Amino acid sequence: MLRTRVIPCLLLRNGGLVKTVKFDNPTYVGDPINAVKIFNEKEVDELVFLDISATVEGRGPNFDLVRDIATEAFMPFGYGGGVTTLEQVRQLIASGAEKVVINTGAVERPSLVSEAAENIGSQSVVVAIDVSKSLFGRYEVVTHSATRKTGKDPVEWACEMEKAGAGEIVVNSVDRDGRMNGYDVALVRKITDAVRVPVVACGGAGKLQDLREAVVEGGASAVAAGSLFVFHGKHRAVLITYPKYSELEALFDAR
Amino acid sequence: MIVVVDYGMANIGSVLNMFSKVGAAAVASADAATIRTADKLVLPGVGAFDQAMARLRRLDLVGPLNEMALERRIPVLGICLGMQLLLDSSEEGDSRGLGWIAGQAKRFTFDGTDSRLRIPHMGWNELKVRKKSVLFEGVTEPQRYYFVHSYHAQCEQQDDVLGTAEYGYEFAAAVERGNISATQFHPEKSHRFGMRLLQAFASA
Repeated sequence: MLRTRVIPCLLLRNGGLVKTVKFDNPTYVGDPINAVKIFNEKEVDELVFLDISATVEGRGPNFDLVRDIATEAFMPFGYGGGVTTLEQVRQLIASGAEKVVINTGAVERPSLVSEAAENIGSQSVVVAIDVSKSLFGRYEVVTHSATRKTGKDPVEWACEMEKAGAGEIVVNSVDRDGRMNGYDVALVRKITDAVRVPVVACGGAGKLQDLREAVVEGGASAVAAGSLFVFHGKHRAVLITYPKYSELEALFDAR
Repeated sequence: MIVVVDYGMANIGSVLNMFSKVGAAAVASADAATIRTADKLVLPGVGAFDQAMARLRRLDLVGPLNEMALERRIPVLGICLGMQLLLDSSEEGDSRGLGWIAGQAKRFTFDGTDSRLRIPHMGWNELKVRKKSVLFEGVTEPQRYYFVHSYHAQCEQQDDVLGTAEYGYEFAAAVERGNISATQFHPEKSHRFGMRLLQAFASA
């Protein structure tokens, strides 16, 4: 039976890997290619790379880096950050990414998602939705690395993106990012109840039990995490880790 | 020399990478003459069934592929959509497949009682090997592979099913008939499990 995918989500900035807290204060955590080699050894399920400065700086994807990652990665990986054109989508696949992650580019021009799905197939088109929660508990889609509000409701947006051809939806909680105190399970549940495509929970995982909660309570098909796999101990020392296959099996099989 | 058929419908780079990692000589080509010189062929594929068949026809590759697989009978490995193309047809489209393996690609259908069963089937799943094959010789530990697909093969001959996986129900995850083998999963993206399979194919 299919086991829940557990996906390290690696943030890129100026060619290096960083980790943020609430989408802010990026801390350098290492070199992306080195990280891929370590994750190969650890037989990680899948990887996702997000260039968090591309959109803000008005840049597209770094195709050389994607090719370098692809040469090393013996697992599927997705790449996002600054994807705004169909040509970039095609070139990312040609450079060796299995999946293209579209976020701000989809909000600015939703037809990009349908064009991408027609060209590379839905299974390779991932729409990432960054969600911020207001003081009054209202969820809102944000873009440009959480620096701009859109006024969009995440559930409606997820449905619209599914209809446009997204094969997978990543729901990322800005407020939980880097906090390591658990996913926003209520938010994840809202999205998984509304769409039929796989939903990946992201933002907030601090321990293995959090991953299970996103699946059991939130209905997520897969879980992504950053801090959990790059930091170790209470002083957040940089150390790349990933659970053993048997640990993950036990985690998700437990009743 | 292994020739990976490059008809513009797959992530050829990862297949070549994996072959180079296991020390096997492989090239990507869409050229009929090159395909006719191959010792072994890999037919990868990602995307839609009709579009893939249309591209193979447009590149005039159906003839050379038939010749190598059915007359010269060199080892062939289909991957993902490349496995579905070996069948007679697919529910996904109207085109005829290559017809090397009797059967049809069917869309996953579930009765809806388990909301966790989403389409596509995406992720790591275990393969149950059903018969002897050079691809799995000497393998004892469970093998897991990366899958991403919405359609799966339904073979007319149960003998053609090399291995199965379970997603809602048991389906053919690998097929083999004589010199022709195929996997629904992606060995090129499946760590040491896929590396071992491609090495077995390369050295068989």
